[in-house]
This record gives sequence, structure tokens and C-alpha cells, in this order.
Amino acid sequence: MTRFNAWNVFKNGLNGQKGWSRQWRDPEPRSNYDVIIVGGGLHGLATAYYLAKNHNLNNIAVLEKGWIGGGNAGRNTTIVRSNYMMPGNHQFYEHSLKLWENLSHDLNYNVMFSQRVHVSLFHSPGAKDSYARRYNIMRLNGTDGELWDLKKLKKKIPILNYNNARFPIMGAAVQPRAGNARHDSAVWGYARSANALGVDIIQNCEVTGITRQNGNIDSLQTSKGSIKGKKIGFAVAGNTSRLWQMAQLGNLPIESHKLQAFVTEAIKPFLDHVVVYGVGGAHFYISQTDKGSLVFGGDLDWYKSYAQRGNLPIVQDVAEAAMAILPSIGRLRLLRHWAGIMDMSMDGTFFICKTPISNLYLNAGWNYGGFKASPASGWYFADLIANEQPHKYIQHHHLERFEQGINLDERGAGPDPKLHG
Amino acid sequence: MIRIKCPYCGERDHSEFTYGGDASIRYPALDASREDWTQAIFFRENIRGFQKETWHHLNGCRMWLEIERSTVTHEIKSVKPCHPDLQKIMDSKK
Repeated sequence: MTRFNAWNVFKNGLNGQKGWSRQWRDPEPRSNYDVIIVGGGLHGLATAYYLAKNHNLNNIAVLEKGWIGGGNAGRNTTIVRSNYMMPGNHQFYEHSLKLWENLSHDLNYNVMFSQRVHVSLFHSPGAKDSYARRYNIMRLNGTDGELWDLKKLKKKIPILNYNNARFPIMGAAVQPRAGNARHDSAVWGYARSANALGVDIIQNCEVTGITRQNGNIDSLQTSKGSIKGKKIGFAVAGNTSRLWQMAQLGNLPIESHKLQAFVTEAIKPFLDHVVVYGVGGAHFYISQTDKGSLVFGGDLDWYKSYAQRGNLPIVQDVAEAAMAILPSIGRLRLLRHWAGIMDMSMDGTFFICKTPISNLYLNAGWNYGGFKASPASGWYFADLIANEQPHKYIQHHHLERFEQGINLDERGAGPDPKLHG
Repeated sequence: MIRIKCPYCGERDHSEFTYGGDASIRYPALDASREDWTQAIFFRENIRGFQKETWHHLNGCRMWLEIERSTVTHEIKSVKPCHPDLQKIMDSKK
């Protein structure tokens, strides 16, 4: 692997860009691995990278049924933030944000992380109090957070609808260090760095069966043959229940729902921040890419689905929310929209945990929040797989928490997966 | 748009309905074990394919319906009222 640095850019500028090598190998699977991660999305690739980097394991495979980053890693709105308040969650997401802050250097790959400020609008004194509570909890835990009054908000983001909005804007809760990143770069950066540490990234390799022996998982049957693994990790988001049942483990506290996102045609610099609007049943979040497109999203489609395509009522809902808060984008055309399959958990919080099978480890239940979580997800999942012991931040992020009554429900929405948006 | 044939109102857009959830869930007896209640409330089969699920015709006749729908293609196989007596009443009026 040729490192990206000023000297190599200069040298290859002189020799016609001939000195660059493949970013990662395309190996055929070996018959045996120490660790197999199923799922070549951001979480799986990050896990493989940190297993190799932090825990010195080098016989690792990542199996991906399609191409890496072709699932939810390529279907999100790329927002990175750490405004969580439940114990465990806020430390976890704050660590993730810190990993993002240094990720380009760590991976020697520009993930285009842009700390452009995350702005959540509020529209009532009650919402302001609720945000003040949450952001104060964040501040007490060492995360940055502030409240902007209307005067400051108008100065920072003059283009919002301050004149005749159905729900007048009163101010905003703000996380200055939050922002967004380039999703493909993160995938490619993790793949390239994991590959450099010896990880086999095997694409077009779908797991079709799981062979158990003496209670443990002996091998995975795949479209590229049978592969043995001493330890197996699942990081397959919306398809977790299917693999779980393939391993004869029964049901999970997860439902698969689809979430849409939208991209407009590119325009000149227009929106410098990530803006979130949620009031009166509306839910809308928007940012502008470096290319100029506006990327935005809203609610789930409200019914369970494994279809990676969206339905029209939500297109209308999101467009209405956009017009309520940013009427100036009304004439923009949508270039495309798509849906990803969210692994919505019963309390809106994820699972990084051991399972009833001693050599199987689970990483799932990311709801809306998988993209920003991926560095820490890989970090702590790798730690769990290598050390057999959950780190204290994720000690309650297991499947038994429901029976034990220690749900991690940030929104207090109760056991209905579609409500944890 | 999914089109749902409500037994009372006829075929309507799914935006008139709200999704309830897995219709196969049966709550255990009140004095059942904690494990049984945990399974019923929190754990789901999360079927990829045809599943039985409930929908509420909120902006219509307000009937709760049990629908067999594919979670992959969204094709609907069958629709019936959740309450068996409602089906009997509607049949008797035909």
C-alpha cells in the first residue's frame, strides 16, 4: 500500500500517477480464520481494523454479501454527533466523535470529517427546557454543548424561515464539535487500513448457513464455500434477525424498518451547518455536501420492511418539513432518494455483546444512529471479541437488559421499535 | 403507496392507516414468568417475507385489521378484521 503524503503525491504527479497500488486486495477466502466478521459495512470494517491495530490479531476475515459499504454505509445522511445523555451512551458516542476527529490521520485517508456545528432547533419553552437538560448532562460529562438564542441563530443561519413558520423558531441547541463526514471515504479508509494490517476483505460472499458443533459455531457456509472461524462477529444491521435465526438462536429485540434519505441537485454554498427540525410530528435533518447537494432525511416509513426503497407518503412529509423550515429550497429538484434497512431495537439503543453461543459476538440495533457510531462500535466490538469482557461503557448494552429492567431508552418511547427515531 | 383493502371501506392508501405491529404476539397470563413476558413484549421474529401484522384504519372506519403482507415486496395476501365477531357481523349483512 502506497501511503498518501505530500512526497508521494508530488512523485506520482511527475510519473503520470503510475506509482499507486490497489487500495486493498481482493482475496479468495482461506479455510480458517481466528476471527470472522460477517458484514462489510462501516461497523464490520472498523471492527476488523481495531482487532488488528489494538489487539494485534492478524488472521481476520470480513465477509460481505455485496460490495463493501453498499448497505447502510452508503445509505445514510452522514451526520456525526454525540448529544446523548444515558449512562454508557454518552461516553460511547463521545469516544466515537473523538475517533472521528483523528480518523483521517489514523487511517491515512481523508474521511472529510467536517465539524460544521450541529444545530437542533426548538420551538417552545418546553422544548428549550428539555434541550437545556440534555445538553447540560452532556456538558457535565465533558461533551461540548450550548444553547443559541434567536438573535445568535439568525446571525449564524440567516436563511431559515423566521417570518411566518407554523411553529416559530425560538432558538437552538447546538453541538459545535459535531458535523458530518464522507461515508464512502470512511468505508474505503477502514478497508484500506485493515487490509494493510492483514485483514482479508471478501466481497460477494454471502453467509447461507451456520454449522454448529458442541454448542459453538464451527463454520459458516457461504457462497464462496465453507469457512471456519474460532470467533464469529455479526455486524449486519437490518439483516441481524436472519443470521440470528440461521444460528438457531430464536428471536431478537429488533425489528427491521426502512429509513429514506434524499439528495438534491448541487447548488452554491448555502447551508454551513447541520440543521435538525422536529416539532409537531415533523422530523427533518439537512446538511450540504462538499459537492453542493443538499442531503436530508426524515422519519421511518412507519411499517416494518426489508425493502431498500422508500414510499411516497414520507417523501411528502419530508418535503413539507423542508418547506416549513427552508422555503428557499422549494424549487430545487431531487436527484435521488433511497432507503436503508435500520435494525430498530426495542429501546432505541444498540447491542455490543456476547451471545448464548460462546464464540459468537453481536453488534446490532443501531437504529438511526449507526454512521456516527461506527468508529467506537468497531473499537468496543473488537475489544469485546479480543478480551471476552465488555468495556464498562457498554456493560449494559446486552440482550438481557430488557428482562433486567435496565432499558437504555433515550427518548422514553417504550418498546415500539418504530418510535425510536 | 401500499393499497389496503379495508373490509368495511374498500381499497384505500396505506397513509390512511397506522401500522400496529406483529400480529402473532400473544400476551401470556398475568401471572406468567418474567421470561415469558420479556419475550412477548420485547422479542420479535422480524420475518423477512410474509408476516401477519396489525394495521389500524385510523383515518377511516377505525377498525383494527390483521393483514398478511410481505416485508420484502409489500404484497398483501389477506386482510381481515382483528376481532372475529366483526367479520361475522359483516358477513351476516351481505
